[in-house]
Amino acid sequence: MLDDVDRRILRNLQAEPDLSTADLAGRAGVTSAVCWRRLEKMREGGVLIGQEAVIDWRALGYEVEVSLRFTLDKTQRNAFDEFLTAAREVPEVIEIQTFLGRVDVRLNVLARDMAHYQDLYRTRILTLPHIADIEALMLIATIKSGEALPL
Amino acid sequence: MNMDEIDRNLLRALAKDASVSAGALGRRFGLSQPAAWRRIKRLHDAGLIKGRRVVLNAEAVGFGVTVFLGVKLATKGRVSLDDFERAVTAIPEVQTVQHVLGLYDYRLRVVARDISDFERVLRRRVMTLPGVGDVEANVLLSEERRPGPLG
Repeated sequence: MLDDVDRRILRNLQAEPDLSTADLAGRAGVTSAVCWRRLEKMREGGVLIGQEAVIDWRALGYEVEVSLRFTLDKTQRNAFDEFLTAAREVPEVIEIQTFLGRVDVRLNVLARDMAHYQDLYRTRILTLPHIADIEALMLIATIKSGEALPL
Repeated sequence: MNMDEIDRNLLRALAKDASVSAGALGRRFGLSQPAAWRRIKRLHDAGLIKGRRVVLNAEAVGFGVTVFLGVKLATKGRVSLDDFERAVTAIPEVQTVQHVLGLYDYRLRVVARDISDFERVLRRRVMTLPGVGDVEANVLLSEERRPGPLG
């Protein structure tokens, strides 16, 4: 289980992932040695999985981001597995999530522009197996991101 | 910015693990340490890498439930959007807020300790937001990030 020191370290690390261990220790109010040991322990314990670079897809020329919400035909055996396997083959899919609720699966899809999106939608998305229904939400703006946990 | 295959490989590798050193990446893709460092700096300077994200095991730090909410505003107009956005971004359990076009106006990613904690967040925090209308909830079962269209 995490204690207050662990949580303080993680909170500061989430806020500023680029901090050196020494600076992070300073923010969390512990010595560098303690901070380093705690980070090691949390890595070993699978609490701290790692760090990812966040890619700016817009800067790479992908102006369009659409959240596609699928309802699958659950009368088909393996509908989920076959759908997910096929969705992984589409390079423009950057996120795959499965849900309990009205929506079964959500795909986050990137496209260079609307023409590209339309082409993708017709040739790669509508051809995915076992789709019963699709709804699209087009991203206008990201107001809050980072996925920090409220530790 | 003009990107070649090596740049795309570097981006893909950093998106997976941002803590790898320039030296290690250089060895992997046949570059000297300084050459790899220069290329990585160029990716940052061109704005292709927005920053870093710390990846935590949410369950291990006590957040067992992630729910996506689709929120429709009951009243629209610029003031209501501003008010809603200001209030919703202040909720610590709300990890992401996206303004979308479609069936809903906003898409929220919410974490909670368990389902009853989620109910608390939903009732006390979300349903009391200014201008909030219809809310749809889908509980996240699984999630995978894909490398995306990088070559």
